[in-house]
Amino acid sequence: MKWRSACLLALLLAFPAARAAADQVSVAVASNFTAPLQAIVALYAERSDDSIRVSSASSGKLFAQIQHGAPFDVFLSADSEKPDALIASGEALAESRFTYALGRLALWSSQAPPGAQQRLESGDFRHLAIANPRLAPYGRAAKEALEHMGQLDAAEGKLVTGENIAQTWQFVATGNAELGFVALSQVIDGGEVPPDAWVVPREFHAPIRQDAVLLASAADKPAARALLEFLRSPEAAAIIRAFGYDVES
Amino acid sequence: MQFTPDDLTAIRLSLTLAALVTALLLLIGTPIAWWLATTRSRLRNVISAVVALPIVLPPSVLGFYLLIGMGPEGPVGKLTEALGIGTLPFTFGGLVVASVIYSLPFVVQPIQNAMEALGRRPLEVAATLRAGPWDRFLNVVLPQSRPGLLTAAVLGFAHTIGEFGVVLMIGGNIPGETRVVSVQIYDHVEALSYGNAHALSLAMLVFSFLVLLLMYTLHPRAVFSAGVHPR
Repeated sequence: MKWRSACLLALLLAFPAARAAADQVSVAVASNFTAPLQAIVALYAERSDDSIRVSSASSGKLFAQIQHGAPFDVFLSADSEKPDALIASGEALAESRFTYALGRLALWSSQAPPGAQQRLESGDFRHLAIANPRLAPYGRAAKEALEHMGQLDAAEGKLVTGENIAQTWQFVATGNAELGFVALSQVIDGGEVPPDAWVVPREFHAPIRQDAVLLASAADKPAARALLEFLRSPEAAAIIRAFGYDVES
Repeated sequence: MQFTPDDLTAIRLSLTLAALVTALLLLIGTPIAWWLATTRSRLRNVISAVVALPIVLPPSVLGFYLLIGMGPEGPVGKLTEALGIGTLPFTFGGLVVASVIYSLPFVVQPIQNAMEALGRRPLEVAATLRAGPWDRFLNVVLPQSRPGLLTAAVLGFAHTIGEFGVVLMIGGNIPGETRVVSVQIYDHVEALSYGNAHALSLAMLVFSFLVLLLMYTLHPRAVFSAGVHPR
């Protein structure tokens, strides 16, 4: 018996969460925002004892998981439709919802010059990678941008679609597609836009609103609300901007 | 339950791909199986392990290496570009190559097991009757290995139809070219079109069941005796 209680004690000591009074907040985040969220959480850890657990996947998968009872408190989607749908079905709280980031689109080429924009306009490419417009907000924005530039018809036969923006990036990075519309956040490097990327002007596509909501199951969880509050702070906004997103002012 | 025109295109594409891949695999897999069943070479275990790799490797690993290897910077990509066929990712040809690699063990192993079960005796008898090596292979080995060949064909076909991860990695989701049924289902699910996803998924389920049922009916012990666990 003595041996058993010693084990129990060791277990208790090994898991600080079991004895700490601080809360745990589970965040479900769209893959494209994982890196900035981690930077924000690191900063947040300096002022709060709450432990933040981050799970990332595509918004569609997270949405389906939440609908089936996944134990998340906060949902950071890559779009605004899925938070809308969760609010409509009573699984998220309408008053908690806000746009935490506005995605920026970049046309990127991993090839030698000419730059991405000239390459697109001259038609000097075999494949143009975009995210699947049916699934990914960045894909839809890419299609709108092509239309705006009058290049949609010319590009139609050369389009390859990644199932999400990460795969689209991969197609360009491996050189299999000479060009691709990716998220600015994927190619931005220490706040600087690299020379082989061209930032697509905002007015070329409808804004890519990435919305956050508090899930209904966490309605009485102050720690979750506190994290969302921090996400709207100027410190968080600075990080979000440095990662290549806009923030609503 | 209703299929969209895109669904039908995907179904047609999957069937074409699987038929072509099965035919190629029987051509490539049979000599490999024969070699593995009869050789005493030290390389036997190495080749066996290489052939079996796709059973254990996650499709994402295979797809990732294929994407890099067949891309313009990769060794295969450089070769295909030098030959003037361009690069393979995002093409139907690329899917054929990937599927042949991916489904190879499911074809080689049943044939190999059937050939090993045959033993040396019938071949020695044929040899005493003055049958040459080719004669023995075509008229003794192949007919005697028929259950193995059938199992191999069914498994190769079904496994290619069910292929998903590799296609997702190298296909680029082009309708009529690389968007096969499994990818189409995934698209439907991700887009939350569960109705469309149900229709196609149910069709896949019924199809897979019928294929396996057919195989077990024709050769009740085919799969188990082949020692392959389809997944």
